[in-house]
Amino acid sequence: MRINGAQALIKSLEMEGVDTVFGYPGGAILPVYDPVIDSKIRHVLARHEQGAGHMAEGYAHATGRPGVCMVTSGPAATNVVTPLADAMLDSIPMVCITGQVGLASIGTDAFQEVDTTGITRSITKHNFLVTRADDIPRVVKEAFYIATTGRPGPVLIDVPKNITDLANPDSWFDWYWPETVDLPGYSPEMTLDTERVAEAVALMCAAERPVLYVGGGVLKSRGAEALRALAEIGNFPVVTTLMARGAFPDSHELNLGMPGMHGNYTAITAIQESDLLIAMGSRFDDRVTGKVPSFAPNAKIIHVDIDPAEHGKVRRPDVAIVGDARVVMEEMVALIEAAGGESALADHDAWRSQLSGWQENYPLTYEPSAPGELLKPQFVLEKLRDGSPDDTIVCSGVGQHQMFASQYWTFDHPYTWINSGGLGTMGFSIPAAIGAKAAFPERTVWAVDGDGCFQMTAQELVTASVSKIHVKIALLNNAYLGMVRQWQEMFYDNRYSEVYLSHDMPDYVKWAEAMGCAAFRVEDPSEVEAVIAKANAIDDRPVVVEFRCVDNENVFPMVPAGGSNDDVIVAPSQADALARERAKRNEEAR
Amino acid sequence: MTRPGDLAHRTLAVLVEDKAGVLARVADLFARRGYNIVSLAVAPTGNDRFSRITIVVDVESAPLEQIVKQLFKLINVVEILELEPGASVERELIMVTVDTNGPNGRSRRSEIMELVDIFKGRILAVGAEALTVSLEGTPDKVNDFEKLISDYGIIEIQRSGRIALPKIGAPATRLRA
Repeated sequence: MRINGAQALIKSLEMEGVDTVFGYPGGAILPVYDPVIDSKIRHVLARHEQGAGHMAEGYAHATGRPGVCMVTSGPAATNVVTPLADAMLDSIPMVCITGQVGLASIGTDAFQEVDTTGITRSITKHNFLVTRADDIPRVVKEAFYIATTGRPGPVLIDVPKNITDLANPDSWFDWYWPETVDLPGYSPEMTLDTERVAEAVALMCAAERPVLYVGGGVLKSRGAEALRALAEIGNFPVVTTLMARGAFPDSHELNLGMPGMHGNYTAITAIQESDLLIAMGSRFDDRVTGKVPSFAPNAKIIHVDIDPAEHGKVRRPDVAIVGDARVVMEEMVALIEAAGGESALADHDAWRSQLSGWQENYPLTYEPSAPGELLKPQFVLEKLRDGSPDDTIVCSGVGQHQMFASQYWTFDHPYTWINSGGLGTMGFSIPAAIGAKAAFPERTVWAVDGDGCFQMTAQELVTASVSKIHVKIALLNNAYLGMVRQWQEMFYDNRYSEVYLSHDMPDYVKWAEAMGCAAFRVEDPSEVEAVIAKANAIDDRPVVVEFRCVDNENVFPMVPAGGSNDDVIVAPSQADALARERAKRNEEAR
Repeated sequence: MTRPGDLAHRTLAVLVEDKAGVLARVADLFARRGYNIVSLAVAPTGNDRFSRITIVVDVESAPLEQIVKQLFKLINVVEILELEPGASVERELIMVTVDTNGPNGRSRRSEIMELVDIFKGRILAVGAEALTVSLEGTPDKVNDFEKLISDYGIIEIQRSGRIALPKIGAPATRLRA
């Protein structure tokens, strides 16, 4: 069968099982958009290429399958730079197709020409510049293979216009579909070093104060069940990082919640006081470790990661295991069982009771709104959580609202939390929510957003309306870039520089309505529940609920950037008690 | 194994797929992660699918282990060998154009030619007041020569960067990710 490069590109996506492409057409990618009309693949037309990229990411987060976005050359390619970097830092499988000027024009500063593969080299797992039409099926196959195996990540395919142009005889070739890939420098399959796992299990059995430090790798490996089995058989307390929320049920008694800069006191302190940290698909990110030399100073480290470059990058492990987290955890469970299960383990009773003591003394807490005061974001999130279906997918942008969402939602299912962790991309939530909802039209998808983030990508609500992808947006409007304002309050002597946005400008309700959404504004705590119920009942269009929040709420606990986890700042209402406890501890140490 | 020479510098022979942009990928990786390259040379291998990049890296800027692991993450990197100075033969080429005029207008041409002769270098070009010379040898020898020839007025200088092969019967250490 003779086929042209453009047709081959779409056919190759079909061969890879792609059902949805998020994109935006333009000059150099025009020929590829023609066969889109005849394809069974659904194309979702974003309103900005960055939106298309984040939609692909949201789709991938929710499904585990690679998200696909397709845009043209030049400014479109530079607009997907942010989603690519985001996917790179959070290890999201994604394939991005960019148009490019014809091969003969490359290097001439042609219209809408940029060096796309050069620009994206360090923010993709790999990228390709295709130079021959008959390379297209092979390159697409390789791109999906690379994006989805080993440590997942974004792969970009740059496609010059001449090899997709129907009028170019050289764009035609005999269709083929490669059965295998030939990548001599890439071998993601690995054999598990069972001796190392046995070494790790020996440490795990002997540990008196173990903590399972779970990262996004557990979700990437579809390892939630294996994690539960491991935590339960070993009686190991679990902390789930920002990228791992949902990997282990929040309502499980062994779950201590999130560690890190805005983690809760118990999760942070458990790590600090542990004698064994079992890092499972986590990467000792600076937001988790705080000051590295004082991070978990007395803990031995078991580090399980599919990417060997993570071993020793930040903290030297005592036992390093290269492997898929799920496979490793299943092996660990088998070894602990074989050793006699509970009887093989050291007693954790003292440790568990110490942890419960901290949980009791230093839970997440906030002061409710005083009469006449606007809403507290934590209160809104509690009500939203309680008023939404159990399997709701929650997306968030970046800032205070993200931390509040992560802290106050109860994540009991994997793949229900989608956020931008590593890159911290403001504006992520609306398009990511659209991507997730496109994958799961029957599920409720809430994007928890801030007013700063909302203004970055709100135009994608037009996409949501037009494409009938009915996401819901909880806009926590506190009139400020809240997280930056918090840092200016705490570390810049209350000098507020360029962080004020205002509650009223823009008028979010009018704006949302103009984009085809149902929109509500709430200011009074007593109205919150009813409005959430109303929003959850609407299924014929997107919904935006503007929650007018106080403008001076801070996120606690907080480990200041570069500070030690030992110096975590708790909520003001707990500060005196903690100061007394620290003084007592110092006394005892002396 | 004892490692003669400079411990801060290690030599890697990186076998890569010969694809467009592969050198840029390697160079970018070093730049982005703050690893220092002391020298770098690229050449074809017997198999036209692959090239070999010989990189001398500064392991004071980053641990060799991290450099190697990050290199392996590049899809086009196939194999990495460490060429240890004691178990490999290393060569470098230097070319120098040197001013033959001495301090008081006296020609130092014969002095320079004698130095080149001692090092078994070659005269490549002769001008009225300058000589272009070359020398091929071990990095240490090239360093010594460069130091001595620098006492004369150097007009231009070029070094090739180090290339190396394992000694016969002493297979190079194959590094793993």
